[in-house]
Amino acid sequence: MSAAIPAIELKALRKSFGKTEIIRGCDLAVEPGERVAIIGPNGAGKSTLFNLISGRFGPTSGEIVLNGRRIDGLLPYEINRLGLARSFQITNIFGRLSVFENLRCGLLWKMGYRYAFWKFLARLDDANERAEQLMKMIRLERKRDTLAMNLTYAEQRALEIGITIAGGADVVLLDEPTAGMSKSETARFIELIREVTVGKTLLTVEHDMGVVFGLADKIAVLVYGEVIAFDVPEAVRANPRVQEAYLGSVLADQHAANAGH
Amino acid sequence: MDAATRVAAPAPTVRRRMETGRIVVWGAYALLLIVAPLVFRSSLEQSILTQIGVAIVACLSYNMLLGQGGMLSFGHAVYTGFASFVAVHAMLGVADGSFAIPMALVPIVGGFAGMFFAVVLGYVTTKKAGTPFAMITLGLGELVAATVLMIPEFFGGEGGISSNRTGGTPFLGITFGPQIQVYYLIAIYAFVCTVAMYAFTRTPLGRMLNAVRDNPERVEFIGYSTQRVRYFSFVIAGFFAGIAGGMYAINFEIATAEVVGTARSGAYLLFTFLGGATFFFGPIIGAVLMVVGFALFSEMTKAWQLYLGLIFLFMVMYAPGGIASLIMMNLRVAAHKKLHRLWGWYAALATTAFVMLAGIAALIELVYRLQFGSSGETTLRYLGVTLDSASTFSWLAALAVAVVGVIAFEVVRRRFAQTWGRIQGEIEATMTFKEPT
Repeated sequence: MSAAIPAIELKALRKSFGKTEIIRGCDLAVEPGERVAIIGPNGAGKSTLFNLISGRFGPTSGEIVLNGRRIDGLLPYEINRLGLARSFQITNIFGRLSVFENLRCGLLWKMGYRYAFWKFLARLDDANERAEQLMKMIRLERKRDTLAMNLTYAEQRALEIGITIAGGADVVLLDEPTAGMSKSETARFIELIREVTVGKTLLTVEHDMGVVFGLADKIAVLVYGEVIAFDVPEAVRANPRVQEAYLGSVLADQHAANAGH
Repeated sequence: MDAATRVAAPAPTVRRRMETGRIVVWGAYALLLIVAPLVFRSSLEQSILTQIGVAIVACLSYNMLLGQGGMLSFGHAVYTGFASFVAVHAMLGVADGSFAIPMALVPIVGGFAGMFFAVVLGYVTTKKAGTPFAMITLGLGELVAATVLMIPEFFGGEGGISSNRTGGTPFLGITFGPQIQVYYLIAIYAFVCTVAMYAFTRTPLGRMLNAVRDNPERVEFIGYSTQRVRYFSFVIAGFFAGIAGGMYAINFEIATAEVVGTARSGAYLLFTFLGGATFFFGPIIGAVLMVVGFALFSEMTKAWQLYLGLIFLFMVMYAPGGIASLIMMNLRVAAHKKLHRLWGWYAALATTAFVMLAGIAALIELVYRLQFGSSGETTLRYLGVTLDSASTFSWLAALAVAVVGVIAFEVVRRRFAQTWGRIQGEIEATMTFKEPT
């Protein structure tokens, strides 16, 4: 292990909804620049974990540390300003704004324009240029003026990622970025994610094992609110506990599914 | 003045064309404000025009909340009204020399008063969005309306407070005695405020306000506090509402409890919606309708508020984007050279709508004559005929016209809707086709 401060660190994190404990003491330390896939069966608490880290909910106990700074209990926008951005499993964009406007909204705060009402958007050359760049990166430059609600599903997913990375956050959380996409779309999309997150710390929830093993430097296995393994893909694959708890059945399922085709 | 909600910077050549288009539109708007009182010369007409100028600013400021921010406020008159009171006090100060500013700057005083109240009350209101926001504005509206009557020292009780706009030192012979001088003062304010509020829609805060309207949750995850976005926008809306309140004070020289009342707040909501909340210029249409409706329609019939309710219902059901969206949709059809296919339908719709409305209105007028008519009088003149609320024939005739009208209108409307849908489909098909893939 390096001596660097982890980009994101969870310490004994717990979260209960009523009497139900969803996250039961999570510990995890992600090094800067690492790509981590979080996997686990349905109901393991993957999305809850993302919601805790991004500030949508406050944890019941435990700590969340971003670049050496505690962020548990902060509001989503405060956490975002500290350099953490997230995407959503269910597409969460500005439907009645154009693609370009969506991206520009995503970067206004970080570029220092905040609540300005004394500056014209059209004259913010740096912000406009950056929004154009982003649009090219997510391959939506031909849809510049299309309203987000009129995009295809795959395009909306790309825009979702675009808004997430627009602010230049160095820690990026992607919640099932390929959810609902076809196989070929997924393959292309993973390439895109890899491209746009170069140099960033990436946490992603993913169901497609092909994607997980292809994209991630490390895999964290979450079962019933606990991280039961956190290692490089080969080691996780070989881990008997993981196989027993989760991965074995998933691999078997996938095998069956593939045989079925 | 294109849709504030749909603006996006287009390619350079288109941009230049839009630049010219914008100058033309704003030029036409300014010209309209300048020549209007030269066409409408009677004192009643000029008073109506002045009120329209005030209403434009009030409705546009209201639409910053409703159309641009998705904030359904039931208490906007609190800000216009409070500002009117402060402005009347300022005018009293100007008149007795204790507050040495030109009379022409009273609306600015109103603006700061409106802003001040928005800073204080808006802090509470904008903590919430959606339904809770609407409820809080309703509660605050009632509270303020009651408070105004409780403090007669400042608000003048039932009678309100009045002042005199000619109290200041005349500047270049402008005394604000003649209505025309007041009109032009207000027209200048209306124009400048319209430009400023349009400019607001093109700023970072203005755009984030749209984002908060569309998806407040996501806004929180891109660094913005939705509460702050709403609050700051609310304060700015309060400033312009205050300017409208100040102009009202100059025009009427009086502020009564009615100016902060919920009825007035309701009128802002109603007419902004009728004009069209989804387009920047919609509330301007709404403002014209509001003033003309109150001033002229109320003279024509006692039942005018009933008609207003009917129109509102009709618009919510069939044209939720208001008049502005009807205009914009037809312009789009015209741009695709398909409008000629609709003229026949519009004529048919207008004819059947006229028959329907004539019948329904005859019934309404008969009911009003029966209920509220002066003793013994049963006849009324209506569209050139004499109706008699004591005669069965009048009732049956009115009913027959209404029924025939409703059926005919509905038949035409359904078939028109099909044609309309087909044309929209064709237009959308060409748009997708043109898009490079």
